[in-house]
Amino acid sequence: MKSILPDRKSQIEHRKSYNLLLLLFPATAWLIIFFILPVLIVLLYSFLERGTYGGVTWIFTLSNYQRLFSGLFLGVIGRSLFLAFLTTVACLLVGYPLAFFIATRPPRWRNALLLLVIIPFWTNFLVRTYAWIILLRSEGVVNTALQSLQIITEPLNLLFTPFAVAIGLIYGYLPFMVLPLYSSIERFNFVLVEAAQDLGANDIRTFWRVFLPLTTRGIVAGSILVFVPTVGAFITPDILGGAKTVMVGNLIQNQFMKARDWPFGSALSMLLTVIILIPVLIYFRVSDDTQ
Amino acid sequence: MTKTKLDLLVRAIGKKWLWVQAALAFAFLYLPILILIIYSFNTSRFNAVWRGFTLDWYRSLFSNTGATIATSSSAGILPALNNSLLIAAISTVLATIFGTMLALALERFHFPGRKAVEALLFLPIIMPEITIGISLLVFFTLVFRIVENLTGIRLNLGLPTVIIGHVVFNISFVTITVRARLAELDPTLEQAAFDLGANEWRTFWRITFPLIWPAIFSAALLAFTLSLDDFVVTFFTTGVGSMTLPLLVYGMIKFAVTPAINAISTLMLLASLLLVVSSLRVQKS
Repeated sequence: MKSILPDRKSQIEHRKSYNLLLLLFPATAWLIIFFILPVLIVLLYSFLERGTYGGVTWIFTLSNYQRLFSGLFLGVIGRSLFLAFLTTVACLLVGYPLAFFIATRPPRWRNALLLLVIIPFWTNFLVRTYAWIILLRSEGVVNTALQSLQIITEPLNLLFTPFAVAIGLIYGYLPFMVLPLYSSIERFNFVLVEAAQDLGANDIRTFWRVFLPLTTRGIVAGSILVFVPTVGAFITPDILGGAKTVMVGNLIQNQFMKARDWPFGSALSMLLTVIILIPVLIYFRVSDDTQ
Repeated sequence: MTKTKLDLLVRAIGKKWLWVQAALAFAFLYLPILILIIYSFNTSRFNAVWRGFTLDWYRSLFSNTGATIATSSSAGILPALNNSLLIAAISTVLATIFGTMLALALERFHFPGRKAVEALLFLPIIMPEITIGISLLVFFTLVFRIVENLTGIRLNLGLPTVIIGHVVFNISFVTITVRARLAELDPTLEQAAFDLGANEWRTFWRITFPLIWPAIFSAALLAFTLSLDDFVVTFFTTGVGSMTLPLLVYGMIKFAVTPAINAISTLMLLASLLLVVSSLRVQKS
């Protein structure tokens, strides 16, 4: 018996590691070949010179990164960061009360209201962005309504402005803010509110000193989920921004599809990736420490 | 300490204000969609003024000449729908199988490098879509050039490259969804099956799969929806003859804004609504 037992155990161990490799292989291989490797090639391209007909010439250079810091492109990067920041703050201001409202309804209502937040999240982003063209263009719903109410005589210039892009981004990413906020508010122990009030705090003080600090996790998670996709947004500025409100995403697309400057487009992509990875990595550091 | 009158007033205003805020937020979420749907039935081509009810815009999508005018491409809506469904179906099947396997590996085994695999899984979700898109464009262009130099065979972007891209972003979502369900599962059930002599394959199909299939199904539905809706990755990995529905809608928006776009959008909204409802049905059962 003693001689068989270790043998069988090692057999099982052997089979187990074989199973593990089998389970791991397809997904990891796919992601390494079709995701990591392509990103590494883009990183490499960002240090090469452009070819005459698109593509690259194999000469090492740092000029693509130097160009990023010239005035014109710095403006686009600044605008992207600003719009992403504005969108995040606006989503927080609209999303927090909404999440609070939903989380404090009776459970039966909660799910129905939550579903109303999730449905836009499942519908096509392009379609939802297009809806704002119908609303904002000069013969659109907003202008027609304002004119028939005789508030304005000439149609306002709403479409193809930074305002239109900001509205489109807030509209597109609001559900991303509400869902994590909801789950952190829903988990909040309301006994703590009673405790604060028994100790003499009024509603406003209770909110700022007890409620808000204890839902920070939801706020941070929601903010990252909104900031990250907005800073690299492509569809919204492309459709609602026109030529005047270009963001980094549009600039990248332009370098690859029109200007045919792949190395510069690659450098832009790498910059965008770094901008996004910094807050995400900080978030993981902080949440690892608090766990 | 008793409440002052001011405190009670603040509370009353706060409660009212919360209702108003929530109502406004829902109006903000739904009015644009509602208006989009309403105007898909409007006779007027350019104006926001209601001129009368019509189904012409829907008809124009499916009649041959109408589709050509409405979509500004020789191929109408049906080939694009066909491509979209084909891409979504294949990428969903692949991503669901790979993702479920990976979820099992991550949840049932302890192995060195697990953190690295988790990071690998997380990156496609946080990477900007446009970076994924252009990376694949650069990668395929390079690989195709190498293949052509070595063998003389000329490969082009098309449905297979789009499908590859969709599997990349779908694997992560499937793995996360299935893994969450696996984590809730009592591992002693699987151990009991092992002890009774079932092998891993049998244990999976007889014990694990019946218990986690709702999660696998909703993960597949999510993947299917994400694939159907994707514009950015598709845009950079597509080639001649692989027009998808979002690409078609994008072309229509860029070309000329007509109520035909509202009609096609309404149909797409309806399809997503059906997908959400069926997903919830399955999760509840």
